[in-house]
Amino acid sequence: MSSVLYDVPGPKARLRNVVYTIVFLAVLGLVAFWVLSALADKNQLSADKWSPFATDSRVWTTYLLPGLVETLKAAALSILIALPLGAALGIGRLSDHRWVRVPVGAVVEFFRAIPVLLLMMFSSAVYAAYTPISSDFRPLYAVVTGLVLYNASVIAEVVRAGVLSLPRGQGDAAVALGMRKGQTMLYVLLPQAVTVMLPALVSQLVVIVKDTALGGAMLGFGELLSQNRQITANYGANTIATFTVIALIYIVINALLTRLAALLEKRLRQGRKSAATKTVVVPVVDVGSA
Amino acid sequence: MKLRNASAAAAAAVVLALTATACGTGTDSGSNGDKITIGIKFDQPGLGLKTPDGAYTGFDVDVAKYVAKELGFSEDKINWKQAPSAERENLIKNGDVKFVVASYSINEKRLKEVDFAGPYFLTHQDLLVRADDATITKVEDLNSKKLCSVTGSTSAQNVKDKLAPKADLQQLGGYSECLTGLENKRVDALTTDASILAGYASQKEHQGKFKLAGLSMSDENYGIGIKKGDSELKGKINKALEKMVSDGTWDKLVQQNFGPSGYKNEPAPKIAN
Amino acid sequence: MFDFLDSGQYDLLGAFWVTAQLALYSAIGSLVWGTVLTAMRVSPVPLMRGFGTAYVNVVRNTPLTVVIVACSFVLDQTLAITLGGEDFKETGFRLAVLGLTAYTGTFVCEALRSGINTVPAGQAEAARALGMSFTQVLTAIVLPQAFRAAVTPLANVIIALTKNTTVAAAIGAAEAALLMREMIENEAQALFTVFALFAFGFIVLTLPTGLILGWAAKRLAVKR
Repeated sequence: MSSVLYDVPGPKARLRNVVYTIVFLAVLGLVAFWVLSALADKNQLSADKWSPFATDSRVWTTYLLPGLVETLKAAALSILIALPLGAALGIGRLSDHRWVRVPVGAVVEFFRAIPVLLLMMFSSAVYAAYTPISSDFRPLYAVVTGLVLYNASVIAEVVRAGVLSLPRGQGDAAVALGMRKGQTMLYVLLPQAVTVMLPALVSQLVVIVKDTALGGAMLGFGELLSQNRQITANYGANTIATFTVIALIYIVINALLTRLAALLEKRLRQGRKSAATKTVVVPVVDVGSA
Repeated sequence: MKLRNASAAAAAAVVLALTATACGTGTDSGSNGDKITIGIKFDQPGLGLKTPDGAYTGFDVDVAKYVAKELGFSEDKINWKQAPSAERENLIKNGDVKFVVASYSINEKRLKEVDFAGPYFLTHQDLLVRADDATITKVEDLNSKKLCSVTGSTSAQNVKDKLAPKADLQQLGGYSECLTGLENKRVDALTTDASILAGYASQKEHQGKFKLAGLSMSDENYGIGIKKGDSELKGKINKALEKMVSDGTWDKLVQQNFGPSGYKNEPAPKIAN
Repeated sequence: MFDFLDSGQYDLLGAFWVTAQLALYSAIGSLVWGTVLTAMRVSPVPLMRGFGTAYVNVVRNTPLTVVIVACSFVLDQTLAITLGGEDFKETGFRLAVLGLTAYTGTFVCEALRSGINTVPAGQAEAARALGMSFTQVLTAIVLPQAFRAAVTPLANVIIALTKNTTVAAAIGAAEAALLMREMIENEAQALFTVFALFAFGFIVLTLPTGLILGWAAKRLAVKR
């Protein structure tokens, strides 16, 4: 793709590319140097702020790992609840009956238009006012509720796109076999659609993992990001070091998930080649929430 | 169909992980039996802090331990529970904790929802400034200064509404964040209860960097929050607190927790009944 | 039921105005930054390609909350970069725009790359045959068509951005989510009304964006 945009570099272009590389490197280096020296100036790079993460395993066992477990727990719960709910909503939107299709569509569009943070704050307040859920679990419940409402409606769109991407012949053949509408959906369309949308679903998991951080910042949910407060209270306000480590953990986890999604997609494309069906992979619908 | 096996395995793993975590929680509820649940702060050095090895330190924690001992619960019979500021009334009302010792000032609004034993400590709203900063000596000086406090705290509102309306006020999520700004001269002062500020100032990483301005901008009487109408418990706790002051433990604990900051504490407050 | 709105205590329109401004400035910023990133990623200079790829992969996988809070910490609290903000309110707003731009730029980049993929190779080849340089091929031939093809994904990015402005509440930018939190605390009896108000506000903000850009996508689509 990119090679189409420019000719194979000749001697002059190669020289020019080298010059660009050097200039770009110099700019990057200058910025990096300036930031690092400014940080060093403010004592943010001193060893005592960073060393706990390498030398003191208790930072990990007392704060970071339990926080990470909370993050993953919220993410796993959210996707497990959002999946069937989203599938139901997606199928509902494909219904032949107007009275099912329209309200389901309205619900899906509503929750897709509302920021997930608002959903979390609202459910937290509702749980506090109207349910006896103990305060230990309320932030988790609120975060999961917000994420489920939002992601179920996103998944509904993924499912709908997945079912619609299947060749018409699949549905027609099922009807010809005498299957009822429910049977067609359950035994023929949905299983194929799920396989097609697997990469999109894994990508959605990245969005969910990232969104759990909102609960930590705004609702007092004890997930990974929120651990920075306790760590910095114990290790001398080493906020920058703590943030760097926490960000790295998120990046590694999400990069792994992204890699998994790409791997699944590749596999699907290969697996499909042998079969005579179209090689459709549903694109990621959600282009990046928080 | 390798893929289907893989996803089945993944689903099984997730389910396993969930059940495993589910088993770990929800073991203790409330205060009955041979254990007692006490609400404290987990992130305030000097008052209530969960240390990296899982122990709890601070003046509030020590007071809670003393009171629990007087009520017949030794240290290993205490379940510590985090009581963030916004959750304290809920924890007490729901019976999640027997009592709360968490820099909990007695005031009118809170008295409508919970009862207080004590007070066991009197402190004032104060300022934490850099050790070499001599420009803030009275409240009015703040009008030309940058001030930091925690989102939604009463101390911040107090300054904004009454004491120094022209101060440039920044509200952040936690005190550590404010300290970073204070250390780097981005803000000039951090305001909240003197006892909390003293706790930060006396941490070993911060010793010599910050000082208390010594202004008394309000009176904060720390009490022990209990369920409304539980006068029996209130009586028992008050007796324990009286004993703590009279046998010298109170002085010792104050010295131990606030000593290094040079914080001049008020004498033990008289217990109201 | 709505009497708490008359008290003048809450500036609902003001908060949504801040949200709209956050969205607008960040949208402009991230479109520019995303285009620069895209140009880097398809450029003939390997180092630029590497930087573009690394930047997108790192920032896209970081929670926006971390990006924005880090802006506040590293730039403001530690390095005292205020971006010309006079007081904390203004600085918070500008830092939020910066964080949203840095984050959303990666999604703009991904949308544009998919747009470039829809441009037939013959277009670029023809341009090169005319003797155009890489910059000319990109700016005069490929990107204009890529933008037209990418209107729909870009619209989704802008809508997501509008919703993401709520994260700026984490560093105290005086936008809608922060006001909602304050109102939930103070007006517990009107919880559902408060939520409905803010939900409506966001629907008003995102729906026209979606409709206008959807219409634009149809108008601008390159017939092939």
